[in-house]
Amino acid sequence: MEDIRSLIARRKFFDGVFAVVGLLSLLVGLITLLALILDLAVDGVPRLSWQFFTSFPSRFAEQAGILSAWVGTTLVMIVTAATAVPLGVAAGVYLEEYAAKNWMTALIEINIANLAAVPSIVYGLMALGLFVYQFNLGQSILTAGLTLALLILPMVIIATREAIRSIPGAIREASFALGATKWQTVRDHVLPYSTGGILTGVIIALSRAIGETAPLITIGALTFIAFLPHAPVTTEAPYVSFQWLMDPFTVMPIQMFNWVSRPQEAFHLNAAAAGLVLLVMTLIMNGLAIYIRFRFRKRIKW
Amino acid sequence: MGPDMQTANAAKTTGDRAPRTGTGGLAEAGTRLKAQVRNLNFYYGNVHALKNINLEIAEKRVTALIGPSGCGKTTYLRCFNRMHDLYVDNRYEGEIVLRPDGLNIIGKGVDPIEVRMRISMVFQKPNPFPKSIYENVAYGLRVRGVRKRSIVDEKVEQALQAAALWDEVKDRLHGLAFNLSGGQQQRLCIARALATDPEILLFDEPTSALDPIATARIEELVHELKQRVTIIIVTHNMQQAARVSDYTAFMYLGEVVEFSGTDTIFTNPSKKQTEDYITGRYG
Repeated sequence: MEDIRSLIARRKFFDGVFAVVGLLSLLVGLITLLALILDLAVDGVPRLSWQFFTSFPSRFAEQAGILSAWVGTTLVMIVTAATAVPLGVAAGVYLEEYAAKNWMTALIEINIANLAAVPSIVYGLMALGLFVYQFNLGQSILTAGLTLALLILPMVIIATREAIRSIPGAIREASFALGATKWQTVRDHVLPYSTGGILTGVIIALSRAIGETAPLITIGALTFIAFLPHAPVTTEAPYVSFQWLMDPFTVMPIQMFNWVSRPQEAFHLNAAAAGLVLLVMTLIMNGLAIYIRFRFRKRIKW
Repeated sequence: MGPDMQTANAAKTTGDRAPRTGTGGLAEAGTRLKAQVRNLNFYYGNVHALKNINLEIAEKRVTALIGPSGCGKTTYLRCFNRMHDLYVDNRYEGEIVLRPDGLNIIGKGVDPIEVRMRISMVFQKPNPFPKSIYENVAYGLRVRGVRKRSIVDEKVEQALQAAALWDEVKDRLHGLAFNLSGGQQQRLCIARALATDPEILLFDEPTSALDPIATARIEELVHELKQRVTIIIVTHNMQQAARVSDYTAFMYLGEVVEFSGTDTIFTNPSKKQTEDYITGRYG
């Protein structure tokens, strides 16, 4: 009897050890992150004001703002999403539903996974050669959007495939058994039921792209820009203009980088404030992803 | 004259007689052939899953396929609507000729979509789409491009009536199909399969996921449905085969061991293997 108890006690000791080690590991990550955010907030919050959002960068730290940066980030993200989503979803659907499963598709699959891990600056170099010099798109919003689109394309493809795979085969069979074609099955079932998963993946991918700096510096984003791109809506016919696509731009992380690299303390506070804004933007996007996932899960349960 | 034409001519000579059964007995008067299976072989890659099957399916009767797990009865059933074409490396040999027009279901040039538009299927586990009850039943019509509201409404109601579900769901046609009980979901799947007026309705162990009461309702339904459609049903449950079917085929290791009128199979089987199975000695 005593033997068994001491044996249990000894084994349970390691239970306790792991619980402590695990908790400590968790705290290291959590506390560091909290400290980081807190530090950023303490520095940045005092600078957050209406003026900060509506001013261009300036030589004077107190007058400087992030207007051109957040407008730039928004426009680049629009181009990125508009490019990466249709391409990525179509490619994912093709790989899952249409492509024959053979060594070719296996090879493509491996390469897509690898592409997702390519350092972003490499995409920047490629974009510089291809979009800027070859296609003469210039150092424009279009170039930036396309570059980031290429960067997140593998992530969108992978997210699409994961979402599609979670649809039970029985649902596809039910559709085919009624005489549906592949396309009808994709349009009426596969896409609608995987929308939640796809959107979640897309938003996570975009929230990664929003913080990318290296590839945009490579293609030549400006670090100081005191004007806005052309407006997408005009007062004359045809009322929409795509001139803004070819305008030079800056984005939030580049603006931050610019401020941090200056010697004056006041600019560092600006950088902290901009960092806070960027963080909130990312958090909102991730929150949206969680909400969408929740909404779709509620409606569809397999 | 192509091979299809030949089989069409053959239909004229054989279409009016009752199915030829393994023991030669119980060929009911007044039944016609709906399908003839000749020398059917089926392969999953290198696995020879169905071996030289010959069977005749009677029109507007229930044919049951029984046999132990892995004997190939579901594989066989899924040949009838070319479900195997959805996956690679599957191969058919032989023919399944549909009457009266003589279409060879598994013929080389035959589009599986055409086959599936004529032959519907109800699966083992209820698999409604995560859409409304109405949209589930209407989907087969949507696939066929039927847009007119009044036609769709009418067909949906008819199908739900035929599947004995109308009274339970008529007030919530636009509610989600997932909110129905398991038995109701399976009847919804039957309604979905019926809405397009199929010539043959395939049931793949339709009650194996249901409780006894829901099972009884489905069986009752199968009995009623044979007034309007030819039914082939795969079942694990021998009592079920005895209750609902007119003809029964006993399969073992990819072959049809015995095919006969259900009464004969269960009361006076001609093969020892069949007898052993139905008396529960193995399987």
